[in-house]
Amino acid sequence: MIMKGKITGISGPTVSVDVKGLKLYEMVLVGSIKLTGEVVRVEENRTIVQVYEDMRGLAVGEPVQGSGASLTVTLGPGLISGIFDGLQRPLKKLWKESGPFIRQAPEMNALDSALHWEFHPLRKAGDKVLRDEMIGYVQEGVFRHFISGGEGGVLARIHDGKFSIHEPVGIFEDGKEIFAYQRWPVRIPRPYRKKLPSSGLLVTGQRVIDFLYPVAKGGTAVIPGGFGTGKTILEQAIAKFSDVDIVMYAGCGERGNEMAEMIEEFEQLSDHWTKRKLLERTVLCVNTSNMPVAAREASIYTAVTMAEYYRDLGLHVLFLADSISRWAEALREISTSLEEMPGEEGYPTYLSSRLASFIERAGLVETMDGRTGSISMILAVSPPGGDLTEPVTQAGLRTAGAFLMLDTKLAHRRHFPAVNWFQSYSLYGKDLAKFCSENYSPEWEALLFKCRDILQREEQLREVAEIIGFEGLQDSDRLCMHAAEKIRSGFLSQNAYSDDAFSPPAKTLSAIKHIMDFFETASEKLKQGVPLTELLK
Amino acid sequence: MKLPEYRYRTITSLSGPILFLNKVFHARTGETVKVCPPDGRTLDAEVLEIRGDTVMVQVYGETQGLDIEGTRVVFTDAVKKALLSEDLIGRVFNGSFEPRDGLPMLIPETRSPISGSPINPAARARPEEFIETGLSVIDGLNTLVKGQKLPVFSSSGLPSKEIVGMVLKNARVSSEGTGGHETPEHGRRGFVIVFTALGLTFHEYSFYMSIIEEMKSKFVAFVNMANEPVMERLLAPRFALTVAEYLAFVRGMDVLAIITDMTNYCDALREISTAREEIPGRRGYPGYMYSDLASLYERAGRIKGLKGSVTMLPVVTMPEDDITHPIPDLTGYITEGQIVLSRELHQKGIFPPVDVLPSLSRLMQRGIGKGKTREDHREISNLLYKYYAGGRELRKLEAIVGRDGMTGQDRKMLDFALTFEQEFVHQSMEKRNIAETLDKGLEILKAVK
Repeated sequence: MIMKGKITGISGPTVSVDVKGLKLYEMVLVGSIKLTGEVVRVEENRTIVQVYEDMRGLAVGEPVQGSGASLTVTLGPGLISGIFDGLQRPLKKLWKESGPFIRQAPEMNALDSALHWEFHPLRKAGDKVLRDEMIGYVQEGVFRHFISGGEGGVLARIHDGKFSIHEPVGIFEDGKEIFAYQRWPVRIPRPYRKKLPSSGLLVTGQRVIDFLYPVAKGGTAVIPGGFGTGKTILEQAIAKFSDVDIVMYAGCGERGNEMAEMIEEFEQLSDHWTKRKLLERTVLCVNTSNMPVAAREASIYTAVTMAEYYRDLGLHVLFLADSISRWAEALREISTSLEEMPGEEGYPTYLSSRLASFIERAGLVETMDGRTGSISMILAVSPPGGDLTEPVTQAGLRTAGAFLMLDTKLAHRRHFPAVNWFQSYSLYGKDLAKFCSENYSPEWEALLFKCRDILQREEQLREVAEIIGFEGLQDSDRLCMHAAEKIRSGFLSQNAYSDDAFSPPAKTLSAIKHIMDFFETASEKLKQGVPLTELLK
Repeated sequence: MKLPEYRYRTITSLSGPILFLNKVFHARTGETVKVCPPDGRTLDAEVLEIRGDTVMVQVYGETQGLDIEGTRVVFTDAVKKALLSEDLIGRVFNGSFEPRDGLPMLIPETRSPISGSPINPAARARPEEFIETGLSVIDGLNTLVKGQKLPVFSSSGLPSKEIVGMVLKNARVSSEGTGGHETPEHGRRGFVIVFTALGLTFHEYSFYMSIIEEMKSKFVAFVNMANEPVMERLLAPRFALTVAEYLAFVRGMDVLAIITDMTNYCDALREISTAREEIPGRRGYPGYMYSDLASLYERAGRIKGLKGSVTMLPVVTMPEDDITHPIPDLTGYITEGQIVLSRELHQKGIFPPVDVLPSLSRLMQRGIGKGKTREDHREISNLLYKYYAGGRELRKLEAIVGRDGMTGQDRKMLDFALTFEQEFVHQSMEKRNIAETLDKGLEILKAVK
């Protein structure tokens, strides 16, 4: 039953409507131009709808119509390499159809119906298909994109060969058609059989992360940093070099030029792992800062639902968001227009619970049909004034497993990635050190301890040196400071614009081993009486 | 098509620039409204919020003299639009887009809503072409490129006005003999500066007017004076950017939009937000200030398949010299870098007093080098930055141990930092093209090599 009614009021990004019988989070078409909206509050006499598009020119009295469903995305082959907005409208298609400026736009299918796919059946007619069992696949880029049999049944017919996305790939005996795509409401996490403890290193190619503050596959991390600390460059570097199957990048309320740069670069660069174009493993979900605020709020859900879909195909997905603060601000703007009681700094009091349940959509899982897939999340935070005590950073810290703090001071010294090596932490550190010792080199853990120790000692020595001068330190201490300097400039910092931008575990290991070997040999020689100046030559 | 007009005399309350009306039939958000007080004036206004038949209207212009009984309000059923034509070039307007230069209003070729529409991120072209400002410290070390937004972070008492003046006079899209393929005056597409000044004192006004008279580039100017309505400070940049987009993407020109001072814009935003009784965010500025600023700054850019570009150079005055204040902070999160002025350099008599260390142009790497500026640009700029940063670091040491306690190389670096400030950063009123800037850099680098 589709509910109909009229607009009765307009305020900020929300409208109130007199439609009866709407459900919370139901999708609604607002006005005569049918803007997409979502119910955020239901009262006795009115319902409040947040509108995902520019509302300029919307008038009281214009018609409103319920859809009976909540905000959904379309999931199926053809999402990869796509660039979508917060409502999963394909931006390239939108550009072709309505010009370079985004105006109030109609609903659009995310999947290209002009594309033809080759369907390879895994089952045959007459077979009994269990719920969520995969019945066949299409080849999408480097991997097999499995097609689920949905609710299951006995196959009456199954397709073999070319088809377009709107044609069924099979029919059950009860007459139900099987399509290669499915629709899923974005605010509901997709189901899985069980969650597994996250394990294994997510290789980011960034030494300071992989070695000092590693993130597990299926783990989560937040990267807070003031402007100019290189958040975006770090996120993009991770997007380029991570050893995952799919990168889901949510550009949430950030710069348009940055997205242009990223799209162009990803079209040209190849992936280190598969040697194919980076864009062939990337999905972008973009809502720049000047696009409608409510759609920005929805965009991270749209993005994570697509990520979950790929996880369910048994793939490892990396979800990157830049930045989660802009999402929180959108939440605040909507909350303000609903006249809710504000919490800290005007953010709604449900900020931390919403963020926590969002971050919980990450993880390593056993999928419904028994595969293993994961979503790892790395979320950038833009704290106002670089102040990490603000609500969004704090809310992120409570749930995320790793905290990679970007330091303005390091950035000013042009030490990039500007990850502070004292205040950052990773809850996966211990397990992953063991994992790396087993998988990469038995020395990994020992080297890590030694490296930490030198950095720690340097910090203390620096304080002493500030008082008595560098020359007043003992030779062994000066050697330690020298080694620390080598670690900082030759190991922890990485130029994102050079070949060194990517450091696989083997390279990371040999780089730190090289410095440590030097330090140990030099320490030994120093004890034997070789002068320091000789050693530092 | 003549659209219907509805007239009302149902004002229920008036407060600052905000008025409420009831019994309004079918109002639209963003609809332009005319407010006619009994004294015969007509003021422009806009619908902000609608609740049933009660409408909140924001008035542009002086609201003194408005009353409940006598004031009529006319609903036009249209959104605010800017009149656009190439005849805009060379004209000076006020914040309500009325001529300020005594000439008649132009005949429009087209009209466009002033709040603009976001550029589709997939349609954006990457900024990578050089714009010369004539200031060494920007061109050499923090290069501005077409489609970028690069703010100047100033503080009260620092010469941001003079810097803007220099850029107004000297900016151009390329320079002869350095690989550029266009010459400024005879460029196929042309270069135009859209200058917006908000909340100007008379003193500043006369300064800018004298500059505009001397300007060689084409320009369009929007000027709002300190004693003119606050609302116009919110309108003027939108008019200016609508004009900029028109000149860039319809007329194919390269537009440099200079806005001074965005702090006045943000204060106006706060004033209006308070009048609307909204929940204040940090320091009383509204929570949506980030989105609002982004709706202006993000209008800079280039579009694939279209000629022309919109580049922005806004000036922000940091209250209390505090870079973490919400205005510079939110600006820095949206823009692609920043040019930071330093009180210390200003006191040393350096002009422009740009502190190179916290300054940054994020898009510089793509806009320099062979075919764009000069092959050795990247190397020169990296070395200058490196040695200057080294020299600045050593100054702290010098304060403790004294110059005599330092090694020869360290002393060289100290001297370099000083030379860099006095000869490279400092250029007084002299104009330097990119070749001169780079040669200057090479010259001072000789001392440390």
